[in-house]
Amino acid sequence: MEITELTVHELQEKIKNKELTIKEINEAYIKRIKEKEPDVQAFITELTEQGLEQAQKIQNKIDNGEKLGELAGIPIGIKDMICTKGIKTTAASKMLENFVAPYDATVMEKINAEEMINLGKLNMDEFAMGGSTEYSYFKKTRNPWDLSRVPGGSSGGSAAAVAANMVPWALGTDTGGSIRQPASFCGIVGLKPTYGLVSRYGVIAFASSLDQVGVFTKDVQDCAMLLNVIAGHDEKDTTSVDIGKKDYTKSLQKNIEGLKIGVPKEFYGDGINPEVKESLNNAILQYKEMGAQVEEFSLDIAQYALATYYIIACAEASSNLGRYDGIRYTYRSKEAKSLKEIYKKSRSEAFGAEVKRRIILGTYVLSSGYYDAYYKRAQQVRTLVMNQFNEAFEKYDIIITPTSPTVAFKIGEKSSNPMEMYLSDICTVSINIAGLPGISIPCGVDKEGMPIGMQLVSKRFGEETIIKAAYAYEQKTKFREKYKPTFKK
Amino acid sequence: MSRQEYETVMGLEVHAELSTKTKIFCSCPTKFGAEPNTQVCPICMAMPGALPVLNEKVVEYAVKAGLATNCEIERNSKNDRKNYFYPDLPKSYQISQYDKPLCKKGYIEIETSQGKKKIGITRIHIEEDAGKLNHDEFGGGSLVDLNRAGVPLIEIVSEPDLRTTEEVDAYLKKLKSILEYIEVSDCKMQEGSFRADVNVSIRKKGETKLGTRTEMKNMNSFRSIIRAINYEIERQIEVVDKGGIIEQETLRWDEVSGKTFSMRDKEDAQDYRYFPEPDLLTINLSEEYINNIKKSLPEMPESRKQRYLEEYKLSEKDAGILTSSKYLSDLFEKASEVCGNYRAVNNWIISDISRILNEKEMEASEIPFTAEHLGHLVKLIDKGTISSSIGKKVVEELFENQKEPEEIIKEKGWIQISDEGAIKEIVQKIIESNPQSVMDYKAGKDRALGFLVGQAMKETKGKANPQMLNKMFAEELKK
Amino acid sequence: MQVSKEEILHIANLAQLELKEDEIEKYMLHLQDILNFANIVKNAPVEGLDITVGANELKNVFRKDEVKQFEDTNSLLQNAPTQEQNMFKIPKVIN
Repeated sequence: MEITELTVHELQEKIKNKELTIKEINEAYIKRIKEKEPDVQAFITELTEQGLEQAQKIQNKIDNGEKLGELAGIPIGIKDMICTKGIKTTAASKMLENFVAPYDATVMEKINAEEMINLGKLNMDEFAMGGSTEYSYFKKTRNPWDLSRVPGGSSGGSAAAVAANMVPWALGTDTGGSIRQPASFCGIVGLKPTYGLVSRYGVIAFASSLDQVGVFTKDVQDCAMLLNVIAGHDEKDTTSVDIGKKDYTKSLQKNIEGLKIGVPKEFYGDGINPEVKESLNNAILQYKEMGAQVEEFSLDIAQYALATYYIIACAEASSNLGRYDGIRYTYRSKEAKSLKEIYKKSRSEAFGAEVKRRIILGTYVLSSGYYDAYYKRAQQVRTLVMNQFNEAFEKYDIIITPTSPTVAFKIGEKSSNPMEMYLSDICTVSINIAGLPGISIPCGVDKEGMPIGMQLVSKRFGEETIIKAAYAYEQKTKFREKYKPTFKK
Repeated sequence: MSRQEYETVMGLEVHAELSTKTKIFCSCPTKFGAEPNTQVCPICMAMPGALPVLNEKVVEYAVKAGLATNCEIERNSKNDRKNYFYPDLPKSYQISQYDKPLCKKGYIEIETSQGKKKIGITRIHIEEDAGKLNHDEFGGGSLVDLNRAGVPLIEIVSEPDLRTTEEVDAYLKKLKSILEYIEVSDCKMQEGSFRADVNVSIRKKGETKLGTRTEMKNMNSFRSIIRAINYEIERQIEVVDKGGIIEQETLRWDEVSGKTFSMRDKEDAQDYRYFPEPDLLTINLSEEYINNIKKSLPEMPESRKQRYLEEYKLSEKDAGILTSSKYLSDLFEKASEVCGNYRAVNNWIISDISRILNEKEMEASEIPFTAEHLGHLVKLIDKGTISSSIGKKVVEELFENQKEPEEIIKEKGWIQISDEGAIKEIVQKIIESNPQSVMDYKAGKDRALGFLVGQAMKETKGKANPQMLNKMFAEELKK
Repeated sequence: MQVSKEEILHIANLAQLELKEDEIEKYMLHLQDILNFANIVKNAPVEGLDITVGANELKNVFRKDEVKQFEDTNSLLQNAPTQEQNMFKIPKVIN
């Protein structure tokens, strides 16, 4: 097997057995990036040279007999939404095209403390607004399973890079499905943790009350390992919660006898592609065979949640993106002569159409006369959504839904119709509205060989339950052994 | 119509910078006067991804201010974002409080020539200060310094209860003194840590409906506040008299021209789009928390004044002046403790020190010398080491040069001449050279003695002991 | 609710965006589309429900009033489009 096909826990095994060195591993990944990047276009900033230097340093330490952490020298890719000190951090926007972050996000400090090697900043929809990575200012990332299709979004670069074996794992952010949906489109594992489990400090804000950092991995075991690294209370983020340190790898158990699974029938309605539905039904049968208790129930909030999501996310975004004003660190229009022009021209020239669309919607719903009808109402609906989930989790350990109504669509297919793009978030956004943890794992492919994702959701801080349920399914079904990206042109 | 036929209705919005060590949402220092952009970090510079964390002292200080102004304290408070673009506001939103301010429905009592009056406090909320725009003298641009961005403020909004500039003056002074007493703000107007915006409207006397108000900003002293109000009242009367309509707008006071100017483009309708700050959590204050702060409140001006009247038997006026400022009042108490002569200390503060403050346009908080210095000065006079006229010179000197009074008089050679032989010598010399006055005195004109003593003082540059001079002249002239 | 051209211009002005003539049409249409969908929240059964601002129930998280100076303040100016005397330079603004 190629080095780059291995999971991180497999790499660790080989490092321990002296079958592989840190240098060899990094060289293999860098070679793979050089090979596949022209097709996949996942990177905004490649850090291969620095990566190689770093790998050499770590190798020297190991050769000198220094005792390093278990993840020292393991490569990683970082969504370009996360601030990396001394390295360009662009949010895939012209606005921040040349922005060098003056500090590290808390999650980056944790990655650095493990001495992992950041091989690059990954592509995404501009300011994480989108579901296809087509709204990046820099490039369109392609789906490794079919290069004519999108990798999903907004963390499309992260998902594609992991699926294409250009990095063994990656960090992303998820505001309404931006980790789970691309993971589903690219046939890998994507976890959005509970709101508050991972610090948002240094993560460029899209919608503060919904944003959460999460992980893309090849399998569930890696997912638990990387979650161990990034989870934890941070006093720089007041919304981060102190629940003590947990070891999520302890949840990697195959026995799920008695696990109570709820299947919300509204998430399997007309809008869901029949092949996706079928694949999900098979997965549910699989769970039954494994000893889970499955029950269908009604969770009639999906439509409300989607509307609420767009109101709240855009309202917060319209305010969060005010700081990009052409004064301190962003793009400034060359034509601007007055202050007013600095604002208006810089923002109009440097924000893409989707970002402007959301700023306009967000400004509208907060503006005088509409606040109560939209924004305040949406916040009440948020309470409703949370209550309904709370009720559901009194009965069930996890809820299973499709991650996305469809498999990855063609590049250009939806980018001209914003409403259609928004509707494809229907399965994921309510999880952010309620602040719950959700994982997407592959559960099959469609007729054309495109991967289908299944979303497992648990109550707040129920990461252990979803990791366990995901792991048991993965070990039983062995998706990775059966299907691989083909880079079809 | 003349001014007498109108009534002026005013309300004040006072911004006071809280004297915390760090900013409201980050750990940057708040010291005034640092080099540009040296007290900044990713948070107060609004770098992408930075998040605010509320300083606990800010809540404590605001609650203190609320309790000291008889406010109700909100048990479930929160922060909100106020959205607008300006170069001194790096996030393009100010974190403030909208519908749940920490304190509301309070009042303070003021005293004017018309007697006592309660002025209502609508609310007190916490928010962050903005940065500063400096003007580039050569390049013709503006320069943004964000050291002040994120310095904690409380905004104290009064009810439109104020009718005269005298009331405004009394209200501001009272408010300032309260904030100084409870030590939540140093209230230095010159440094901008105590600023007032004034809402002014006029209406015909007898009318109960409020007129349209304008809001004036950018006044940086009590004097300019009063000037601005007077200007604005005249302007509004003139507009109304000519049949015009007052527009609700924000005006900027220009100290140099003595006029107000409209601040914003007319086309720019403001809509701040307040919404709850999602990066911060609700502030829930327990009864215990509030009670502890209540217990920690120091003695307030009224009760100090009462104490001065009863304990020290000071006059109503003197006690009022002393307690109008915590700094004066503390100076009085500490210096009295040092020298044991509170009457003398009182006199020095009320007369010379107040006069010098006035001349120098300084605030009591800016008095450069310590209570020990003043106490020691009084002691030197009481011991007869110097005369009180030398004392005046020492006080002047203390404003320039903060040394021990004893050192000052040594350096300047101001020690009093109390040696009997030396005094006698001077007296004889003056008698010899002023035969006319001596004759006048002997002819029964007592005033002549005063003249002679004065001459002797002049001769000794004020250093001669006046009691001894008087005595010696009387003895010598009897001969 | 029907969005008018005046409204979209007012909103763009609040958001400091400059819209070209063809963009005005486009954004008006999109905004209308999204609002039509978002109107569904008006039918949600939320009678008597409080608002939710954030997804967790934390409260009262404060910071101690202790100075921690950011060590590299120069790096905070390194991305400035124009600067002078360690300040961000902009066209002249009268307060």
